[in-house]
Amino acid sequence: MLEFSELWSPIRLTIELAAITTVALLLIGTPIAWWLARSTSRFKEIIATVVALPLVLPPTVLGFYLLVALGPDGPGGAFAGLYGARSLAFTFEGLVIGSVFYSMPFVVQPIRNAFEAFGERPLEVAATLRASPWDSFWTVAVPLARPGFMTGAVLGFAHTVGEFGVVLMIGGNIPGETRVLSVAIYDYVETLQWTQAHILAGGMLVFSFAVILTMTLLQKRFWRPGE
Amino acid sequence: MNAIEAAFNGTLGSFQLDVAFTAPTRGITAVFGQSGCGKTSVLRCIAGLTRLPGRLSVGGDIWQDDETGVFRKPYRRPIGYVFQEASLFPHLSVAGNLTYGAKRTSREDGGNGVAFDDVVDLLGIAPLMGRTPTALSGGERQRVAIGRALLSRPRLMLMDEPLAALDRFAKDEILPYLEAIQDSLAMPILYVSHDMSEVARLAEHMIVLNKGCKVAEGEVGQVLERLDLHPATGRFEAGVIVTARVIDHDDTLKITHAELYGQKIDIPLVDAGPGHEIRLRVRARDVSLATERPKGISIRNVIAGKITEINEEPETAYAETLVDIGGARLRARITRASVADLALRPGKPVYALVKSITFDRRAFAGETR
Repeated sequence: MLEFSELWSPIRLTIELAAITTVALLLIGTPIAWWLARSTSRFKEIIATVVALPLVLPPTVLGFYLLVALGPDGPGGAFAGLYGARSLAFTFEGLVIGSVFYSMPFVVQPIRNAFEAFGERPLEVAATLRASPWDSFWTVAVPLARPGFMTGAVLGFAHTVGEFGVVLMIGGNIPGETRVLSVAIYDYVETLQWTQAHILAGGMLVFSFAVILTMTLLQKRFWRPGE
Repeated sequence: MNAIEAAFNGTLGSFQLDVAFTAPTRGITAVFGQSGCGKTSVLRCIAGLTRLPGRLSVGGDIWQDDETGVFRKPYRRPIGYVFQEASLFPHLSVAGNLTYGAKRTSREDGGNGVAFDDVVDLLGIAPLMGRTPTALSGGERQRVAIGRALLSRPRLMLMDEPLAALDRFAKDEILPYLEAIQDSLAMPILYVSHDMSEVARLAEHMIVLNKGCKVAEGEVGQVLERLDLHPATGRFEAGVIVTARVIDHDDTLKITHAELYGQKIDIPLVDAGPGHEIRLRVRARDVSLATERPKGISIRNVIAGKITEINEEPETAYAETLVDIGGARLRARITRASVADLALRPGKPVYALVKSITFDRRAFAGETR
């Protein structure tokens, strides 16, 4: 009746996807957030808008364009051709790429806000104390923006876990490859397997509650107001 | 070559700065002016935090020269910068803040190799080491910020109104430390301030700025005697600095008798032994003039002299006068009506009635009573 391995597979896949996406977003999002916080370029707000688009776009729209881009005729397909595959659509790698775009604003925005919050002064102080820009980025900016990194990481992870529309568009429903939690729940309901749906949905409910509570507590703990 | 030579000319937003000056490489040089006169901008240009067209050399090293395209990045300049707000790193302890700059410099920088313990002792910050900046008082924070700057082996200290954000008590707490730094570390300090009493107490040399331009430069005593600097120095702060010699003390009445160029004066008890020279500040508004020696008056200090200059301010009721007291000069701010009634003119003998005298410090540092 109840196959726990069957339930476990989408959970594991979802955690893997969210973890990889979060790490990728911290690596990609931090320089973007830094640039958005410090640059005086005219194009700054245009880039910021592009990053924020997934907040308002229907996931199906984002998913559609991603599908085109990842497919055999898009740049994703061309890239996949390099190692002999035909397409990045309907693969785990494709899901990671889609999730990075989809969750980008949730990571970039808090980090950007944190970089903006402390202003120029701490970096100027560091410069007068002989710290090069690279040095002061790691020893001053990153530690001061820690609450932003925390929030960004938690939100990015949680948002990727809850992703549904984009996954369905570009990943489909391949067990062990692209069948993540939200799709699995949808499936179980479709096929009237309410027990399985209950277990996964209840788990998500508890998880979401825990995430938001943890984040609130973390911010209280780590938010030390400056002088 | 052994000086700080700076020249900056450019615009910051709508503000035009055009300043050139030379400061000695020892002692405190004050950069003085009203708020908005550009003094902080000058300091930032010297630190390299703001870039304006110009030229800057410090002790023979060129830090900026637009003709040859030289511009040293701020982190390549051996400076110690103290901001108006202490700006300690909130994520580091006091000890972490203090060593931040020290860790990034080496003795080869040729900077002033002050020992960690010496700075900690000098500033009295040993008990604060393990604390976080948020747990410090305003005065303590600023002391740590000064220590942090000193420990980065600077060849030049830049201080941007380090006392302005502090209350009176914290100011009085910090001032002796600034004097101690000046006395024990041979390091030039550029000190930005809009407070004449701070300048008079600390600095030997001063540069006066007004609306982005330099209006005066020189020894503090000489600059303060000038009558034409009102717009820049502010009316009520106008005054002069004189040097007097302690004769003796009256511990009962808490008065120190002193000699000012042959004339006896009384000042509130100061901590300096007989024979020591002390630096005093006399504000123009605390000096009145009389054409004969007054009797039956509570003012103790009546100093004979001769008027050398009168500067009437047509748009006000006042006139600024300069009185030669035989070796030094006093400024007196009196009404134009008095000038007319008493027929005051240059060359006329007068008595300067000094209502209050501020003791700045012993003229020769390091001597104790």
